[in-house]
Amino acid sequence: MIERRDFLKGCLACGVTAATVSVASGKAMAAGSFEGYPDAMGVLVDLTRCVGCRSCEVACNNEQKLPEPDEAFDDMSVFKDKRRTTEKAYTVVNKYQVATEETLFRKIQCNHCTEPACLSSCFVNAYTKTKEGAVIYDASVCVGCRNCMIACPFNIPAYSYSSPINPLVKKCIFCYDTRVKDGKPPACVEICPQQVMTFGRRADLIKLGHDRIQANPAKYVDKLYGEKAVGGTSWMYLSSVDFDKVGMDGHIQNEPIISNVKDFLGFVPMVLTIWPALFTGVHLLATRNKGGHHDHEEGDHQ
Amino acid sequence: MHAVKRQMILGVTGILMMLVSSVCFGAGIPDKVTINSIQKYYAPVSFNHAAHINKLKDCGLCHHHTTGAQVTDPNCARCHKNSGAQATVSCKGCHTAEPFTPEALKQQRDQQPPIYHRDKPGLKAAYHISCLGCHEKMHGPTGCQDCHKRNDGGDAIFKSGKYAPKAPAKPKAAHH
Repeated sequence: MIERRDFLKGCLACGVTAATVSVASGKAMAAGSFEGYPDAMGVLVDLTRCVGCRSCEVACNNEQKLPEPDEAFDDMSVFKDKRRTTEKAYTVVNKYQVATEETLFRKIQCNHCTEPACLSSCFVNAYTKTKEGAVIYDASVCVGCRNCMIACPFNIPAYSYSSPINPLVKKCIFCYDTRVKDGKPPACVEICPQQVMTFGRRADLIKLGHDRIQANPAKYVDKLYGEKAVGGTSWMYLSSVDFDKVGMDGHIQNEPIISNVKDFLGFVPMVLTIWPALFTGVHLLATRNKGGHHDHEEGDHQ
Repeated sequence: MHAVKRQMILGVTGILMMLVSSVCFGAGIPDKVTINSIQKYYAPVSFNHAAHINKLKDCGLCHHHTTGAQVTDPNCARCHKNSGAQATVSCKGCHTAEPFTPEALKQQRDQQPPIYHRDKPGLKAAYHISCLGCHEKMHGPTGCQDCHKRNDGGDAIFKSGKYAPKAPAKPKAAHH
């Protein structure tokens, strides 16, 4: 008769092998399974145009009714640090020394992925990808687990650490409630003096981005960042230097983040439903001959 | 003798005419242009058109092909090498103040032929890209408030001046 421990080991080994095989074979299928809503809007960001005036931060602060900043928005000393988004600022501009004599600025905000990792990671379903392309969230159901902060490949969701009672996740919502829902561009896009950002249908912006590269191949690197990154993002970028030089991951995966775990997670319900039944059966089989002993024990208690 | 003199006068006049025509080729060229499209936040800019004409001489640098100036961009020259002066020359005649309304986006999408003029910046961006781009090259003033002083509305949204944050989170003033 097989020892119980050996049997378990065997089952585990089989399970892991099955999971690994299915992950490997399923990867290509899972990648980019959602092409995005056909009329989803997006923004094409041309880093070569940004002059670092911080007007976008101003517009965001006012539109989203965010708290007062630590420094005035015309204080350019903020560029000495590389900042990230916070509960008080859903967008920040950073400055990058890309060559001895050349600096570039980059505005950071939610990229509104086609298949958002934050959405996949949220177990209370707080996140929604709207047909307009915005990734929004329902703060009233957020339990503050911060899974989305870990899942986001762009390090975007911020957390209201300042709130001891009801801390929530906070991030750019593409001005969905006040603007994009009604076909208007987000506040940052509208205020930008240099039109660093072009608002339009994502499908049109992909063409526009490639046209801009083609019209000026000496100026741009031949890549539209976000066209394919993590399954595509609504916000896409053009740059005159490698994206790694402006704090972006130039080698980011093209598969959506959920592809990394989709097949493994698919395996979990199987474990939860089949394994208990299977092992209960095994247990019953293994203990069948000990029926008399069992009765005897019960008898002892009485 | 008279004939020679007359020829000289004609010649000089001709050269003068050429000089003048390369600078201005019609009536109604404003010496000053008031730009106030973002007056909610900034004082209007009184743009000294005449001074820029005198300095640059080449209208095409700002007005592309619309003044009939020779275009240098080979892409533009394909259609506009000899297209001559246009009826519309002012910036706002072509660059729309609101480039991202649903109507503007649709118009851009349906434009025929579906190439060129599609990536046209809005009015505010046309000003800034053109002015600031040139000022950087020619070492002109490039600060925001070098051209337009921020007004009270601007200070309010920039949280500057009398709207400056009262209590800075970290004591950083000592470092400056």
